Amino acid sequence: MAINLSVDLGAGLVLKNPVLTASGTFGYGHEFSDFIDLDKLGGFIVKGTTLEPRQGNPSPRMAETPMGMINAVGLQNKGVAYFVDHIYPTLTRFDSEVIVNVSGAKLSDYVAVAEALAPLDKIHAIEVNISCPNVKAGGMAFGTTAAGAAEVTSAVRKAWNKHLMVKLSPNVTDITEIATAAEASGADSVSLINTLLAMDIDVERRRPRLSTITGGLSGPAVRPVAVRMVWQVAKRVKIPVVGLGGICSADDALQFIMAGATAVQVGTANFIDPTVTIRIIDGITDYCHRHNISDINSLRGII
Amino acid sequence: MSKCICDFRLIQSYALPSGNRIMQFIPEGDCPECFPGQFIEVKIDHAPTALLRRPISVCHYSVRDGLTLLVKPQGPATSLFTELPLGSVVNMMLPLGHGFNTDIKPGEKVLLAGGGVGIAPLVMLCDCLAEKGATVHIALGGRSANDINGIPQLFPKAERVFASTNDGSAGTEGVVTDIPIFERLADYERVYCCGPTPMMKAVARIARASEVWCEVSLENHMACGLGACLCCVENINEAEGNVCVCTEGPVFNINRLTSWQ
Ligand SMILES: Cc1cc2nc3c(=O)[nH]c(=O)nc-3n(C[C@H](O)[C@H](O)[C@H](O)COP(=O)(O)OP(=O)(O)OC[C@H]3O[C@@H](n4cnc5c(N)ncnc54)[C@H](O)[C@@H]3O)c2cc1C
Ligand SMILES: Cc1cc2nc3c(=O)[nH]c(=O)nc-3n(C[C@H](O)[C@H](O)[C@H](O)COP(=O)(O)O)c2cc1C
Ligand code: FES
Repeated sequence: MAINLSVDLGAGLVLKNPVLTASGTFGYGHEFSDFIDLDKLGGFIVKGTTLEPRQGNPSPRMAETPMGMINAVGLQNKGVAYFVDHIYPTLTRFDSEVIVNVSGAKLSDYVAVAEALAPLDKIHAIEVNISCPNVKAGGMAFGTTAAGAAEVTSAVRKAWNKHLMVKLSPNVTDITEIATAAEASGADSVSLINTLLAMDIDVERRRPRLSTITGGLSGPAVRPVAVRMVWQVAKRVKIPVVGLGGICSADDALQFIMAGATAVQVGTANFIDPTVTIRIIDGITDYCHRHNISDINSLRGII
Repeated sequence: MSKCICDFRLIQSYALPSGNRIMQFIPEGDCPECFPGQFIEVKIDHAPTALLRRPISVCHYSVRDGLTLLVKPQGPATSLFTELPLGSVVNMMLPLGHGFNTDIKPGEKVLLAGGGVGIAPLVMLCDCLAEKGATVHIALGGRSANDINGIPQLFPKAERVFASTNDGSAGTEGVVTDIPIFERLADYERVYCCGPTPMMKAVARIARASEVWCEVSLENHMACGLGACLCCVENINEAEGNVCVCTEGPVFNINRLTSWQ
């Protein structure tokens, strides 16, 4: 039986299968090319890109916690001009979709990055990160109020006429409010969740484990929270939802799809098994065979 | 050189007097070559709190003898790992990182200084440099004789092995840089060091003052080992800022590590 894994996120973003990689966990793709054929992915989302180069936060930036990790990388990247001149040319040869994750400290930064990326033919979509817990100004501040989310989304919308994905923070009282604000302001899809604001203390040394004291929790520990949020948001918005948070297997990915996600992203799991994305794609195919499903889209939102 | 994920079978494992273990593995399939100073990321199954792989230095690698690791039972994952029974199969990702520069001329005199599990990468380095015609001296630092006993045997090709212990129970009393050879460091063409950060900083300081070429190997906490997560960075100098220890290092020449003064 031929199985259709292809999904359409609208506004020109069609993926050959629903599996993307999450920003900040997959570098620029080449870090994984010894292990997998990147062209087998639905697509990959590259590192958070800002207008100016950023050094990120001091070390230590990582603490492992039960079934998860807390990071405080803080959007270290070389800036959008460097991306356009030096990194983009290495990405054009891929057949998979390449999505750029966009971050900023102020509104004009988001707009300037979107403008700089707009002429790049290979980039059919950007994912606007209004939810990073690891930068002092901007980022999550925009993502924690409906008004803030609306403001960034409308501003970027004017500068970007291809697919606009808005990445939501789970660190809010009601994520569906933020999602509806993004939808109303012109988002073509929403992705969720970014990391959960978290903290870990080394009691022997009586010090926080991260230089920034707090950071963002990811990995299997966050998955049930993420599935719940995707389910809530998918019920509220009409635009496609991209689900992520702790996905390590095909079963995990299918949970998100059944909860209403059109596509999924895999993050932290890439660190443990660099081939995990391919295992997930193969596992989804196997599942479809076992359950006599000819089109992945028929599983979406069945819960 | 391409990286791979490969299963290895544990064929020998013994404890050193310090409690650290020497563990020898053979690959279950094809395995790429590893060079001194490179590391592996091992997946430690059944450790309830270990989600991520653990970085461990290549202590020795050859086609004939397979892969040897020197592991300290530090926390839950490494404790479980060091207790694995013979025949266990473990999954490793390798080879990772940039190792030591072994481009030397025959007849060079080199010093390898190490302490704790930092001794591990020096074992293969010693063999490699000695085979290239270097005269290799080793300087070991430990808390007491237990940390030193059994270690000189890992360096059969070294011409001399010096030691220091905090309590004076073996070698010079004090830290590694209290060993008299550090007063005449310029006698050596090169110094290589891997150990606790204070040890590496002290060795780097003396090497700088004596104008001796020096490489150190960092052990920053890592998540991916592949350059993808940016969790392992070290601020190495003003121009380059934060760079990934897992891909640009773990070995750095102190000329590049100017943030270390
Ligand atoms: C490049 C490199 C080479 C290494 N080589 C060796 C070696 O040859 N032999 C050996 O015994 N150990 C080595 N280590 C240290 C080893 O990785 C840690 O001791 C181990 O990760 C501790 O895990 P745990 O769960 O047992 O301990 P825990 O203390 O419970 O670890 C908790 C967390 O801290 C991290 N962590 C703790 N200590 C270190 C450390 N020193 N470096 C990196 N991450 C750490 C772990 O990854 C984990 O996320 C090396 C580390 C690096 C970065
Ligand atoms: C080390 C690290 C770096 C990250 N960097 C970014 C980033 O730059 N931009 C972003 O939107 N999300 C970033 N994230 C969040 C992930 O993309 C993802 O939302 C989160 O990790 C949850 O998914 P997971 O549990 O599958 O990892 C980062 C996560 C990690 C672990
Ligand atoms: S450990 Fe992930 S970049 Fe170095």
